Amino acid sequence: MAIERLFIANRGEIAVRVVKAAKALGIHTIQAHSEADTEMLAVKLADEAICVGPAPSKDSYLNIPAILEAAKATKADAIHPGYGFLSESPAFARAVEEAGLIFVGPSADTIERMGDKVAARQAAEAAGVPVVPGSDGRIDVSEAVSVAEKIGYPVMIKAAAGGGGRGIRIAKDEAELKTLAPQAKAEAEAAFGDGGLYIERAILSPRHIEVQILGDGETAVHCYERECSLQRRRQKVWEEAGAMCLDDETRESLCASAVALAKAVNYRGAGTLEYLYDEAANEFYFIEMNTRIQVEHPVTEMVTGVDLVAEMIKVCGGAKLSMTQNEIKKTGHAIEVRLCAEDPFLNFMPWPGVVATLKEPTGDGVRFDHFLSEGYQIPPFYDSLLGKVIVHAETREATIDKLVEALESMEIGGTKTTAPLHLALAADPEVRKGVFHTQWLEPWLEAGNLSATKGDAA
Amino acid sequence: MSDIQSPLPGTFYHKPSPEEPPFKAPGDAVAVGDQIGLIEVMKTFIAVTADIAGTFKGYSVDDATPVTAGAVLAELD
Repeated sequence: MAIERLFIANRGEIAVRVVKAAKALGIHTIQAHSEADTEMLAVKLADEAICVGPAPSKDSYLNIPAILEAAKATKADAIHPGYGFLSESPAFARAVEEAGLIFVGPSADTIERMGDKVAARQAAEAAGVPVVPGSDGRIDVSEAVSVAEKIGYPVMIKAAAGGGGRGIRIAKDEAELKTLAPQAKAEAEAAFGDGGLYIERAILSPRHIEVQILGDGETAVHCYERECSLQRRRQKVWEEAGAMCLDDETRESLCASAVALAKAVNYRGAGTLEYLYDEAANEFYFIEMNTRIQVEHPVTEMVTGVDLVAEMIKVCGGAKLSMTQNEIKKTGHAIEVRLCAEDPFLNFMPWPGVVATLKEPTGDGVRFDHFLSEGYQIPPFYDSLLGKVIVHAETREATIDKLVEALESMEIGGTKTTAPLHLALAADPEVRKGVFHTQWLEPWLEAGNLSATKGDAA
Repeated sequence: MSDIQSPLPGTFYHKPSPEEPPFKAPGDAVAVGDQIGLIEVMKTFIAVTADIAGTFKGYSVDDATPVTAGAVLAELD
């Protein structure tokens, strides 16, 4: 059953993206919004709009009963969750399915399975996807040395009962492990009442590489990889397709591993497998799967020409994938930078201003996904992402040049944005050479590189 | 008597966390720099502090209320 009336349960730039893709497919669009979002662009572009609750997300975009009620009231036959909010909530996907509507994403069971770290790791291993070498479950101090020898140093010691990075220690050799493991055990006992440990290979300064996949429930394809190593506070700020650090053979096995896992779980919709890449060892390890469309999906669209949002809507409406793996070709290089309403010179202080003037970046190979318009008051209640500037050119070098041109030609008056950060990054010799990893950006900022560059004047 | 205004638009909170008491109660002494609340703006929490001294009279808006920049959050005597 093809989707005819699509309800968009999200906001901001991704809501605009979904509305446009659905309209292009001839689908009637119904945009959900909070009381604070009546003026947002997706509301204006959609065929109809409906309020789902007050400004706080928990009362609107995270309110499952309110969203289902609104979807029924507007006679929607499908719900697109976008990213964030309820997009990876098995409870929401299940409630949508039980209400007789189509959830534009994988099944609730798949979301649940891939959202559980242990279950996802087991599914990956079963599909032959490499995972970070580690102990098989919990161990005690006496076993630590023999297990560490098997998986290789340096190792990370974690509390089996812990979470959120608490109490993690890194041992670079056996002597350190013998000192640190008993400390970790004592701390775990004190914090969690359980001295069980878990150890795994510590991948120091890895790159973050991910593979875009598409599935229709029976078969799956990949749309190559992205590199998203430039991160601040674990948030990606700059993303590329493809990853220049990979050789062809590694790229091929990486992408094949992603397809194997997608097929093994009968994946439906668009999804991303995230990996850590150890450049020195030329090895990649699966870390998690995101069962939704991602912020950085446009770079993949630029290099492959595949409309990922349209394709996920079609396959979730029951269609087969419209392309085979051989038909997905990659040309050139693409970069996306995230524009956030923050002052990069004031420790990224949020800056929800009124958009006084808006001059969009334009040109061949330039794309601007956003939800701004002149006179728009950026609401303070949600995250600070305003939009994304995406550029595509033949080589990485030319792509960075085009990014600089696009950012310099763009004007967003009345609010601060992170554009100066991206101009400074584009001017940095290491960024130009592509020499970075996930631990690169924060020390670069702490060293004062932002205020010392021409980004200052932007 | 004077007002403490919101430095930013966002959601204003009286308490450091839902389980804790408000930063100030009526009758409390307020010194320059004392925190009287929190503004949540774009998922970031920013302290609201008094820029003059006085005696706390009360909050002008309820806890967890959306406010605009410049909105009166509390009054001092």
